[in-house]
Amino acid sequence: MKTSQRIVIIDYGIGNVHSIFNAISHLGYKNVLITSDLKLISKADVFILPGVGAFDEAMKNLKSRNLQEILNEQVIGLKKPILGICLGMQLFASFSDENGKHEGLNWIKGNVIKIEPSLNFSVPHVGWNNIFINQETPLFNNINLTHFYFDHSFHFSCDKTFISAYCEYGVKLTASIQYNNIFGVQFHPEKSQNNGLKLFRSFFNSVK
Amino acid sequence: MLKKRVIATIIIKNKIVVQSINFDKYLPIGSPIVAIEFLNNWGIDEIILLDIDTTKNKCEPNYELVQLATQKCFVPITIGGGINCIDQISKLMHSGADKISLNYSALHNEKLVTNAAKIFGNQCIVVSIDAIKIGNKYLVYDYINKSAINLEPSKLAFKVANLGAGEILINSVDRDGCYIGYDLDLINSVCNAVNIPVICSGGAKNANDFIEVFQMSNVSGASAANLFHFNEHSVNITKKSISDKINIRIETQANYLNSTFDDMFRLQKKQDEVLEKLLFTKIDKEII
Repeated sequence: MKTSQRIVIIDYGIGNVHSIFNAISHLGYKNVLITSDLKLISKADVFILPGVGAFDEAMKNLKSRNLQEILNEQVIGLKKPILGICLGMQLFASFSDENGKHEGLNWIKGNVIKIEPSLNFSVPHVGWNNIFINQETPLFNNINLTHFYFDHSFHFSCDKTFISAYCEYGVKLTASIQYNNIFGVQFHPEKSQNNGLKLFRSFFNSVK
Repeated sequence: MLKKRVIATIIIKNKIVVQSINFDKYLPIGSPIVAIEFLNNWGIDEIILLDIDTTKNKCEPNYELVQLATQKCFVPITIGGGINCIDQISKLMHSGADKISLNYSALHNEKLVTNAAKIFGNQCIVVSIDAIKIGNKYLVYDYINKSAINLEPSKLAFKVANLGAGEILINSVDRDGCYIGYDLDLINSVCNAVNIPVICSGGAKNANDFIEVFQMSNVSGASAANLFHFNEHSVNITKKSISDKINIRIETQANYLNSTFDDMFRLQKKQDEVLEKLLFTKIDKEII
């Protein structure tokens, strides 16, 4: 098992970056950095875009740290793999409705919209929920249980060709997406115990 | 379907875990780092770490402790105690917190709830409300001034939900550390007032209390502290009994699915005949 990939967790001021760092380090990966340094980012093999935060604040921070350009260059230009987690995945979208309409990275056509389930379902959607895998993706190569920890009020609405798994919460919610080298999960693998750690392992194993 | 959450609360005083009784007496238990590692290994769904000294002593949250304690924590952890500005939340999120809990600040600084929700998203902001029963009425309890405030917990819950809170943690002062079961009337009054997830705390004695509160109210999670601190595999054993009636997550290898329990939900010894027939089975270490 290769553990020498240069992994960069993008630091844009908000997000539970340390939780993700702990989980990945626990798996034995040695070259893990939390950084917003453009030079270090350009040397990475693979990226994690963390979540936890509000969409507009996150985009504002990405821009003010000049991260949008370099991510476009690295992910779209050089096709380096990236895993977006929770809000990190939502940033891949064209637009979000959170706190007014805001433009995203526009890597995967789709909109981030408020969860509006029927009565008896509280929002945010918080807790462990089962996912239903509907397309093959390296992310779920190694798991035998399908519950993960979710915590979100908005969800990624996009064409079903991009959706690799969904979950049920009164309505169908996108649980994971993939488009070429761009991967995203709505749940938190860093907080989904062994099941989540296995997802990280599968993702990094799929990186050549 | 979304599963109900079995949550452990860890109360910190003077940097160690304590058993709290009625928000008044505190008995020492041990290291928070060890407590978190064990709860995590035993398959807890979520952890809430509350430092009850910081607001009282007017000091900063203990970032170093959070950083150390969360190193082996792969379930969500909420950190509370002494948070009164955005900068502190930011530092906590960089130290390993996933969510933060506001209690005193939510009472006295409404703007912080709104601003924090705007920056970190409302899913990150838990508002913790302490409630005390006076006569037939529930009132919010101010743990710093040790007195009740003329405000109903359900009204405060409704207010902070509108300000941007993503979850409510409702604690019963009267039942804290008393092992007499959750206060269902209090919990239902809060659940009925808001459309965000509610976590209840205070009074859990055994699996039955979890089953009762999950069946009799709309809580999204139920929390206990003392129940989990004093027995080996307390979480695995409690979750096994809860899972007979309620949809919860079972993930640990030691899942006690073939064990029997007495009326008090204590693990029973297997019958001699069963033990004699048991063969050793090799269980391979889970490869991640």
